[in-house]
Amino acid sequence: MDAKQYQKMVDQTVPKTNSLKNCFFAFVIGGGICVLGQILINLYKAAGLDEQTAGALCSVTLVLISVTLTACHLYDDIAKVAGAGSLVPITGFANAVVSPAIEFKSEGQILGVGAKMFTIAGPVLVFGISTSVLYGVILWIVKLFL
Amino acid sequence: MRRMGRYSILLEAPAVVTGCAAVVGQKEGEGPLGRCFDEVLKDSKAGAETWEQAESMFLNKAILLAAQKAAVKPEDLDLIFSGDLLNQCIGSTFGLREFNTPFVGLFGACSTMALSLALASVAVASGAANTVGAATSSHFCSAERQFRLPLEYGGVRPPTSQWTVTGSGAAIVASGGAGPKVTAVHFGRMVDLQIKDANNMGAAMAPSACDTLKSWFDDTATKPSDYDLILTGDLGDVGRALLKQLMQAEGFTLSDQLYNDCGSMIFDVRTQDVGVGGSGCGCSGSVLCGSILPQISAGTYKRVLFCATGALMSTTSSQQGESIPGICHLVELMA
Repeated sequence: MDAKQYQKMVDQTVPKTNSLKNCFFAFVIGGGICVLGQILINLYKAAGLDEQTAGALCSVTLVLISVTLTACHLYDDIAKVAGAGSLVPITGFANAVVSPAIEFKSEGQILGVGAKMFTIAGPVLVFGISTSVLYGVILWIVKLFL
Repeated sequence: MRRMGRYSILLEAPAVVTGCAAVVGQKEGEGPLGRCFDEVLKDSKAGAETWEQAESMFLNKAILLAAQKAAVKPEDLDLIFSGDLLNQCIGSTFGLREFNTPFVGLFGACSTMALSLALASVAVASGAANTVGAATSSHFCSAERQFRLPLEYGGVRPPTSQWTVTGSGAAIVASGGAGPKVTAVHFGRMVDLQIKDANNMGAAMAPSACDTLKSWFDDTATKPSDYDLILTGDLGDVGRALLKQLMQAEGFTLSDQLYNDCGSMIFDVRTQDVGVGGSGCGCSGSVLCGSILPQISAGTYKRVLFCATGALMSTTSSQQGESIPGICHLVELMA
């Protein structure tokens, strides 16, 4: 049997991902996190903070919740059901930074926590920042002609 | 001892498994084979500070228990063959360093139990050693951090993924005594049908199991129905289904009555959230030493083919786009 024939056999045998179910839970839980963010912003504004400060405090609060859930071994359980719903919001980013920090504590504070903390989030930062620079340049060029 | 056919090695004076033991973690203890294991450690860190040390503790306990059953002390062993999944085989090294015994570190990925048992049996049958240990271990947490992602990371496992078994299996092989006999061994060839998905190990390894089994049946002029049990190591439900199809295409029928897979047996895949089954060296190690060898001793099985499979890859080779060669070593066990 050659590799192509075998790949066909494998494709017919493997269990299929239930995309509809995954999309539903990602939408509900991811949407839920966004709703929580909006509630937080409204509460901070009701407490007398301006829009920008309320937005920043909302992010900080969501990160704090995510970090606490990660440390309590709960975030990965939520993510198992939520999928991209808990990965995409800022809570997912916080989890991606904190989980290796916890994991690699056994290799010491410098070479463990310090060096490994950004193993997952590192690429997000690199390409996130690179993309924002690129958009900045595009915006600058567009504004030259407007 | 002599060569039989192209690749099989017949041990005319069989090596005897005089003692065996399996030590596993809680999740494995809650699985269908939970009662078979010698010890189920509720604390998956086994009182150690790191996951790697914990894995070594599992291995250390398994060797001690197996030696106790064989009525020998670990330091009396002439040799220990052992390996695991951790870089530079530190699971075995640190689990065995206190014993002051000649040690051969192995890497056969998840095929290590068959590899260590085959080498131990050959060492005994050749007269190179009298009493030899064969062991292996894996730990879910040490494997995850080396091969995949941090434990607390909120990722989703693909449906074809397998769950690394936390556990260790150890066997003591001697030239005489009572116990299951290793009557022949067969070291497998690497087979690579270009599977690149590290989350589908069963698919990567199934062709190697087919190659080894076919070659064994050719060498020995036997067929599947000549055995009470054919047991592959950690192919999981996907790999097991693929192996059946591959063997069927070669003209051999593996029926559910006589064929099973350690990865499918150790967990209940419907309720234990383990993907398509167990994996890791400790999977076939603990199933063989905890369940199958004792059942051969008890007379449930008379003739068993134990074929542990391994995926010979690393995170580096996967990231560099290499495909995953599989390997399968076979040990024939008789009552």
